[in-house]
Amino acid sequence: MKEHLLPAIKLTLISLVFFCVIYPALIGGIAQVSPNKGKGFLVEQKGKVYYENIGQAFYSDQYFWSRPSAVSYNAAGSCGSNKGPSNPDYLVLVQQRIDTFMVHNPGVKKSDIPADLITASGSGLDPHISPKAAAVQIKRIAKSRNLSEAKVTELVNQSIEKPFLGLFGPESVNVLQLNLKLEKL
Amino acid sequence: MSYTELLGVLLFFFATFLLAIPLGKYIAKIYAGEKTLLDPIFNPIERTFFKWSGIDATKQMNWKQHLSAMLTINMVWFLMALFILMNQSWLPWNPDGNPNMTADLAFNTSISFLVNCNLQHYSGESGVSYFSQIFALMFLQFVSAATGMAAAAVLFNALRERISDQLGNFYNYFLKSATRILLPLCIIVSVILLFRGTPMTMEGKDTMISMEGDTIHVSRGPAAAFIAIKHLGTNGGGFFGVNSAHPFENPDYFTNIVEMVAQTIIPFAMIFALGFYLKRRKLAWMIFGVMTLEFVLLVVPAIISEVQGNPAIQAMGIDQSQGAMEGKEVRFGAAASGYWSIITTVISTGSVNAMHDSSMPISGLTQLLSMMVNAIYGGCGVGILNFYVFIILAVFISGLMVGRTPEFMGKKIEAREVKISMIVALFHGFLILVSTALASSIFINNPEIGWLNNPGFHGFSEMLYEYTSSSANNGSGFEGLGDNTPWWNISTGIVLLLSRFIPIIGPIAIAGILANKKYIPESAGTLKTDTATFGLMVFAVIVITAALSFFPALTLGPIAEYFSMR
Repeated sequence: MKEHLLPAIKLTLISLVFFCVIYPALIGGIAQVSPNKGKGFLVEQKGKVYYENIGQAFYSDQYFWSRPSAVSYNAAGSCGSNKGPSNPDYLVLVQQRIDTFMVHNPGVKKSDIPADLITASGSGLDPHISPKAAAVQIKRIAKSRNLSEAKVTELVNQSIEKPFLGLFGPESVNVLQLNLKLEKL
Repeated sequence: MSYTELLGVLLFFFATFLLAIPLGKYIAKIYAGEKTLLDPIFNPIERTFFKWSGIDATKQMNWKQHLSAMLTINMVWFLMALFILMNQSWLPWNPDGNPNMTADLAFNTSISFLVNCNLQHYSGESGVSYFSQIFALMFLQFVSAATGMAAAAVLFNALRERISDQLGNFYNYFLKSATRILLPLCIIVSVILLFRGTPMTMEGKDTMISMEGDTIHVSRGPAAAFIAIKHLGTNGGGFFGVNSAHPFENPDYFTNIVEMVAQTIIPFAMIFALGFYLKRRKLAWMIFGVMTLEFVLLVVPAIISEVQGNPAIQAMGIDQSQGAMEGKEVRFGAAASGYWSIITTVISTGSVNAMHDSSMPISGLTQLLSMMVNAIYGGCGVGILNFYVFIILAVFISGLMVGRTPEFMGKKIEAREVKISMIVALFHGFLILVSTALASSIFINNPEIGWLNNPGFHGFSEMLYEYTSSSANNGSGFEGLGDNTPWWNISTGIVLLLSRFIPIIGPIAIAGILANKKYIPESAGTLKTDTATFGLMVFAVIVITAALSFFPALTLGPIAEYFSMR
């Protein structure tokens, strides 16, 4: 073991330079020519800047709501609820979410509420909801903003992100982008 | 589930498979010392490394010298990481002012990254500085993956048809794995991530006002470079707390494909590399076939149970056609999350794109089984070492059954090799079951301790999962477990150390002993090891020794939970 100690220390030092200085510096350099210089995608509207990929909490009736979050969309951290599927406290919470949704969206059938609207995401920062989750909120938005339902439906349909290459993965709607478009109407 | 989600899952597998064959050929060339395309770049770089460190990379080592070199340098890395993590508050690049780690947490974290596990009892945003992320954690992600691959290279060398105790040079295998295999792939993956929205900045948290007027902070950091090696090295430790569920760490479905391929490709390629290196492609196909059969048996039930959704929520009148969405992200969906949860557990990555603690009972069961078997594809290099142990056992048992002397690759398998294999194979179960039993008894006697986030059977699964993940060097978790306590930090740290080095030392010792034995050319009396029949034999040995020993524990956790929800 002794004969290996000095070479091991030296090899570690030079590896540190190579993998922890040169490699990240190279990627950091490439970041400077990437969109938004490696600081995440930003969107700007009315002088305010938001992160496109970081979901936000919406609670007023005139915005599309995001999914429930275990960190209330504060991206200083990230966390899922880590509740097991059979946890009784958790199931009570889900029932409360359904009830709250029904109160704010009168006339919606319970069976039309999609699962993503009443379950917390893995990151707590999920920027998306499913197209169904957007559709079920159209009535409320149209009413509180005095818009026609057809107009809001059109906006939602425009905002649906298709599967990758049209072939792989689910469809989704970015809630922040959708609400920003709503503000522009 | 829409058919596009199903297509996505098929793409994950076949894209990796098709890319892994040429990569395997390239890896075989590197370990055989043949010419490759990147020689003009890396030859001078590696010469500088060796010259400066005073290492003669052409010096041949026997298996004991290999292990001695490996363990020494691992000890150096451990002490270095421990120092950095316990002093990060005053070290540079700490824009968010994160505090030093406590001694027990630093002990756990250093070991966990050293052994390629990446169990994380801290959260990336608040628990480590950028300096620690890069110089302690990312560094260990590179070198621990390269260590595993170097160990596999020693095995490749020992399996050649000749008599010798000269098995190549550890430093040579180690460095070439890092520079010629991991690094180029990392550059490709991190650039893709950068252009899809993953941050790579040294600035600290940003403050922004949300549309509704809330002031929130947004954690950032040099994530792109980190996430690439996290997957390619099958490490799995996330830059952010929730790993690849975080919208910065895995921004869209395309990055999900890239990260999925990145974590699976080297384990696949190592199997093909073995075939190319030994010029025994049929053997590689036998190994790949057995592993794929096991993988399919685990991944299909997991995807089905996630896609079917939660029956308890269905009972409330909510449509479950989207699948079980608790702990999952909309941009990936239930099918891709179910697939990822099994890939990450079979190949010991342990990164997650959905929270395993919220998985349905059947997928929780298959995640646990994947880690309990621990010989399906497997981590960078060590997967093939684990499988080798089962081959030796299968050769021995089938030799007894047909009344032939057990032989593998022209070498006689005798009592000593079988004993070592048996110890390695049973040790995994011993570590998991004994430590889970200890933790359970502590919890039962001190229910106020507050470790668990869920009551009942699922709570037991949280403890079982933590030790299974540690012993498989996996690193994923049922994260509801309150694991940043001295008990969990120290006990899992010890499990991690033992479960990393014993499964490396054992197979390398067997291979070294066998390499030194007389070579017996194949004859009509030789048991063929590259056939489907022998493949089924290995499969049976794995099912009996690995899977069945855990059945009682699984019955108390996920199986009981499944039936309680019917």
